[in-house]
Amino acid sequence: MSEGAVALTLEPEGVSLGRADDQSLRRRWAASPSALIGLILVLLVFVTALISLVWTPYPPLAVDPAHNLSGMSSSHLLGTDQYGRDVLSRVMSSAQITVYAGALAVFIAALIGIPAGLYAAWRGGAPGEAVLRLADLIYAFPALLAAITLSAAIGASTTTAMIAIGIAYTPVFIRVTRSNALLVLSSEYILAARSYGRRPLAIMRRHVLPNISATIIIQMTLLFSLAILAEAALDYLGLGTNPPTASWGNMLQDSQNYLNKDVMLSVWPGVAIFLTVLGSNLLGDGLGDVFDPRRKR
Amino acid sequence: MPVLSVRDLSVRAGDLPLVHGVSFDLSAGERVGLIGESGSGKSLTALAVMGLLGKGLTAQGQVLFEGQDLMSTTEKRRCQLRGNGLSMVFQEPMTALNPTMRVGRQIGEVLRVHRNLGKRAAREQARGLMERVDIPDPVHYERHYPHQLSGGQRQRIMLAMATACEPSVILADEPTTALDVTVQSRMLELMRKLVAEQNSALLLITHDLAVVSEMSDRILTMYGGHIVESGSTKSLLDHPRHPYTSALVATSNAVTVDSKAPAGALPMIEGSVPATGQFPTGCPFRDRCPRADEKCAVMPPLEPLGDQVVACWHPVPENAGDPASRVGA
Ligand SMILES: Nc1ncnc2c1ncn2[C@@H]1O[C@H](COP(=O)(O)OP(=O)(O)O)[C@@H](O)[C@H]1O
Ligand code: SF4
Ligand SMILES: [Mg+2]
Repeated sequence: MSEGAVALTLEPEGVSLGRADDQSLRRRWAASPSALIGLILVLLVFVTALISLVWTPYPPLAVDPAHNLSGMSSSHLLGTDQYGRDVLSRVMSSAQITVYAGALAVFIAALIGIPAGLYAAWRGGAPGEAVLRLADLIYAFPALLAAITLSAAIGASTTTAMIAIGIAYTPVFIRVTRSNALLVLSSEYILAARSYGRRPLAIMRRHVLPNISATIIIQMTLLFSLAILAEAALDYLGLGTNPPTASWGNMLQDSQNYLNKDVMLSVWPGVAIFLTVLGSNLLGDGLGDVFDPRRKR
Repeated sequence: MPVLSVRDLSVRAGDLPLVHGVSFDLSAGERVGLIGESGSGKSLTALAVMGLLGKGLTAQGQVLFEGQDLMSTTEKRRCQLRGNGLSMVFQEPMTALNPTMRVGRQIGEVLRVHRNLGKRAAREQARGLMERVDIPDPVHYERHYPHQLSGGQRQRIMLAMATACEPSVILADEPTTALDVTVQSRMLELMRKLVAEQNSALLLITHDLAVVSEMSDRILTMYGGHIVESGSTKSLLDHPRHPYTSALVATSNAVTVDSKAPAGALPMIEGSVPATGQFPTGCPFRDRCPRADEKCAVMPPLEPLGDQVVACWHPVPENAGDPASRVGA
């Protein structure tokens, strides 16, 4: 049947995060200020990334040596860098890199980690144990080191870096998925689903995933912030996004040599990184309260 | 020919036997009660029939469904039959329904598995099934999650799922134990109606004798993983021959007479059901039985005795006690 063929991914239909009706879900969002602030910050980054695709005050790569290091002014709100490129435009277009990097790492970690975790939970025994040991092995390898190694091996790029970061964090998804799936699998509604003839793959997709999706989404949000931080660090080290493409990490790096001319050059990308990471962390922490009405009060 | 014929079915956890070679038949349209205190092996028997025993448990014997042995067939075939040929109603509708799936869709699941229906068609049919289990306004209720319904409504949703594909055999494991009395009788009535309409065989597991006396044609008594007595509802409740059945009936009468006790309360028999694996050798009832002697160190065979079949060396005489005060009177 059709269910068998579909991969174990979160389908929109399955993610019915509301055990409750939409109305009380809305109320719980309102009652969790940290989640709401986090959501607003994260949305701000996404919206900025989208806007920058079609509009920035100046082209982010356009150099203008005559007006370099201009400082904040009415024509360049956040000033210009050493080549006279508009800092606001570069901060905006960097949001694309950030969203791409975070999403790619989360996607890879989830794509590998969730099915592996489900498999380990369902199979148990030696194969399940083997998956866990493999996860431990990956986990023992520091994420940043993995990214640096991979960049050195096949050349630095945002994509390379994020593939490494994504793989490095698969163990987190494997463990979270497995332990939550085990809990769900032991519940009576799984037995009931089997009693009316559902097969393992369909049970995983239709009954297990929706019931662990809240935890998984929280994990995704937290990994998103970790990946962004890692990406910024790699770019700062020159091991990620290649210049002249703007990213907050390499803007921060560039600014180091001109701190005596315009200290704000380092502040803008720094603030952008800080707010994005703060936002996705707040969101991840607060989502627990939003999804699970019993957790608060 | 019986629609379900269970032959010498045993369940064990590793070396530990939990169900000892039980045999029974269910015919189309027949309602059979399976009674016994908690821990007697009733649920394990039902799960073994469905092929749904948990990890670490193994079953042996035969489960002949319409002549085909489910124990030796493929898992694929068993999946085809579950929900379609045999289905199950669970005790706790709150935990047996998926908390994140709307109930309408949950009923539709059964149809989608076996009837190869699309989403829309399944939803349409699910509405009809909801109406059939007395849930009016299905267009409204289908969008509810289980926790938004009452216990009785939830159990009727379970019943709608268990009867969706008109299975020949329905195993109901304490389907009304979690419900309060008023809701209970409505659920039982509905079950009886649907089972009759579909001509299904019903195995009704319960420890409430009032429920079986009202619902079943025949009764099986189970204790310590053995079926220790079977017979027609009337004869078994009026003249229980096995000391265990007799004790169950006596305590059930005491409970019924004492109106303050909640109906369906666990019958209290001298002593308590031993922990897993702690039943005595020989007759499992030996340590609680007033009639026990050294002969009972050997398990008695199930043998016809008057109107019943009984596994006991020293059965209760036929005219012991006062039949007029028995349950169901
Ligand atoms: N997975 C298991 N492993 C070991 N013992 C079990 C397992 N499941 C049930 N049992 C034991 O088997 C006995 C019968 O259980 P069950 O069939 O649930 O009884 P009932 O439904 O009659 O109350 C109980 O003593 C129970 O503790
Ligand atoms: S066999 Fe013996 S111990 Fe068992 S029920 Fe009969 S009399 Fe009691
Ligand atoms: Mg039970």
